[in-house]
Amino acid sequence: MNEPVRPRPLTRAPLSARSDRTFQGLILALASVIVLVFVLSVYQLGRESWPALREFGLSFYTERTWNPVSGQFGAAQMLIGTLVTSLAALVLSVPLAVASALFVAEYAPKWLANPVGYLIELLAAVPSVVYGLWALFVIAPILGRWQQGFFADPANVALYTRCQDLWNSGQTTLQCFFVPSAFDGRGLALAIIILTVMILPYTASVARDVIRLVPADQREAMYALGATKWEVISRAILPYARAGILGGVILALGRALGETLAVAMVIGDSQEIIKSLWGGASTMASVIANQFGDAQERLHRSSVVALGLGLFFLSVAVNFLARVVIARLTPKGIQ
Amino acid sequence: MTAQSTPLSGRPRPRLSAARRLRNLLMGVLIALSTVVVVAPLLLIFFYLLREGLGAMNLEFFTRTPAPEGETGGGLLNAILGSLQMLAMASVLGVGVGVAGGIFLAEYPRHPLMPTVRMLSDVLAGIPAIVMGLVAYGLIVLQFGFSGLAGAVALGFLMIPIVVRTTEEVLKLVPVTVREAGLSLGLPQWLVILRIVLPAAAGGIITGVMLALARVAGEAAPLLFTAFGNPLVNLDPTKPMSALPLEIYRGATSAYDENQRLAKAGALLLILIIFATSLLARRASRRR
Repeated sequence: MNEPVRPRPLTRAPLSARSDRTFQGLILALASVIVLVFVLSVYQLGRESWPALREFGLSFYTERTWNPVSGQFGAAQMLIGTLVTSLAALVLSVPLAVASALFVAEYAPKWLANPVGYLIELLAAVPSVVYGLWALFVIAPILGRWQQGFFADPANVALYTRCQDLWNSGQTTLQCFFVPSAFDGRGLALAIIILTVMILPYTASVARDVIRLVPADQREAMYALGATKWEVISRAILPYARAGILGGVILALGRALGETLAVAMVIGDSQEIIKSLWGGASTMASVIANQFGDAQERLHRSSVVALGLGLFFLSVAVNFLARVVIARLTPKGIQ
Repeated sequence: MTAQSTPLSGRPRPRLSAARRLRNLLMGVLIALSTVVVVAPLLLIFFYLLREGLGAMNLEFFTRTPAPEGETGGGLLNAILGSLQMLAMASVLGVGVGVAGGIFLAEYPRHPLMPTVRMLSDVLAGIPAIVMGLVAYGLIVLQFGFSGLAGAVALGFLMIPIVVRTTEEVLKLVPVTVREAGLSLGLPQWLVILRIVLPAAAGGIITGVMLALARVAGEAAPLLFTAFGNPLVNLDPTKPMSALPLEIYRGATSAYDENQRLAKAGALLLILIIFATSLLARRASRRR
C-alpha cells in the first residue's frame, strides 16, 4: 500500500507476457463496449421514461387511456395491439413456414431446393420500409376494394350502421368485429398480413436447419415400417424437430414484437380500444415511430420512451425464453 | 403368409393403402402450395418495384436532390450519400467492437467476464431497432442535436451483435492445432491471434460484416430521431443527414405522387444493393 507499484523487471516478465497483457487489455476494453451499450440503453430509457413512470406508476402499462391532449397516458392499448398483431401473425405464419421448410428439406430436388432456400433468405433481407411501401401501395387498395364491395349489399350497410353505434359507445360484438370500417384498407388486418409475411422467413430458415439435422436413421426406420412420406414427416421428423422449431417460432415472435415501420405505415395509428379487425390500432413500436418526433410535451415524450422501455424488456424476455426452450428441449445432437 | 402379415393393420390392405396414399399426396401438394405462398411476396415485391421504380431511375435520380413538395423531378443524391456516410461510420463502431468482441469470446473463453459479454451480446441482438434509435437519441441528440453521427451510432449498435456472433463462430472453426503450432514457435498469443488466426478467418469475418451492413442499410426506424433526414446533400456528420430508407419512408407516406415515385425508385435501389450484398456474402461463405 505505501510503496508505489513498480513495473516488474524484464527478466521475470518477458516481452511476450507484457505484450499479451496489453493486447488482452485492448480486446477486453473494446469488448466491454458491448456491456456499456447495454448499460447505457437501460440507463437512458430508464431516465427518459422516469417522469411518466413517476406520474402514472406501473399502472402505466395497464391503463387504457392514451390522450396527449388531456395528458393522460396508459400503454395497455398498445401492449394489446403489439400482442394481438404478433400472435396472429405467428399463428398464420407457422404452418406456412414449417411447410416451406419441409419442402426445401424433404421434398424438393437439389436444383429446386437451393434457389427456394435463397429466395426465403432474401425475404428476410427485405427492409421493413420496403414491406411497408408494398403493403401500402399494393395490398391496401386490394383490401379497400374488397371492403367497398361489402357495402354493395344494403343489408350490410344496415349492419355497419348498427356496429358503428356500438363502436362509438366503445363496444363490439363478434359479428361487428369482422365488419369492415376502413375504406383505405389500412388497419389491424393489413398489419397482421404484412407482419405474417415479414416473420415467415425467420421461422422457415430455423425450421429448415432443424429438419435437416434430424438423423437419417429416424427417417429410414419409419420407412422400413412401410410408412408413406407424410407419415414419416408427421411421426418421425416433426416430433424430433419440435423443440428446434418452437425455438425458431419464439425468435420470430421477438422480431414481430419490435417490427416498427411496416406496421406503423399500415396499422392506422389509433390509440382506441380495438373494436374491429379492419379498424385502426397501434403497437408499442408504431406509436414510438409515429409520435416521438411530434411529442413536444415532456410527459408525452416520456410516455413514448416508457413504451420503448417496455418493448426493450419484452424483447429481452422473449429472446431469453427462446434460448431456454432451445437449450432445454432439443434432443442431443441437434444444436 | 398373408394371414400373418395383416394382423397389425387388422383391415384388408388395399383400402387402407388408398387412403394413406391419398393423404400422402394431399399433404405433398399442400406443402408445395404453401411454399409458393411463402416465396410469392418476394417475387411480387421485386417485380412491383421493378415496374414502378425502374422508370424513375435515371441520371437525375442519382445526381439531384428531391424537388420541393408539389414539384416534379429531382433525385435521391442526398439519401444515397447520407446512407454511404452513415454506413461507413457505423462500420467503424460495429466492426471495431464486434470483431474485438468475437475475439474475446472465442480466444479468451476462461476470462471471468466472458459469460456476461456473451449474454449481453445476445440480448443486444434481440433489441428492436427503434429502441436503439431512442437510446441514441438520449445519448447524443439531446446534447448535440440531430446528426448523421447519431444515426451512425444507432446503426453501429445494431451491427455489433451480428458481427460478434459471426466472428466468434468463424474463429472457432480455426483448428486448435494451428494456434498450437504458432505458440510452439515461440510467438506470443497476441501475435498468434493477429497474424495466424485472424487471417485464416478473414473471409468469414468479412462475410459477417457484409451481412450486418446489408441488415442495417435498410433500417429507417433508428434514424427517425437521430439522423432525422435532410433534403440537401450533407457531408458534415454533425448535421442532420438523409438516408435511403428514411426517404423511402417519408416518400411512401407522403401525399405527393412525385415523392411516392422517388420512394419506389429508392426502394428498388435499396433492395438491389441489399440482395447483391447478401448473395455475395453467401457465395463467399460457401466457397470457404
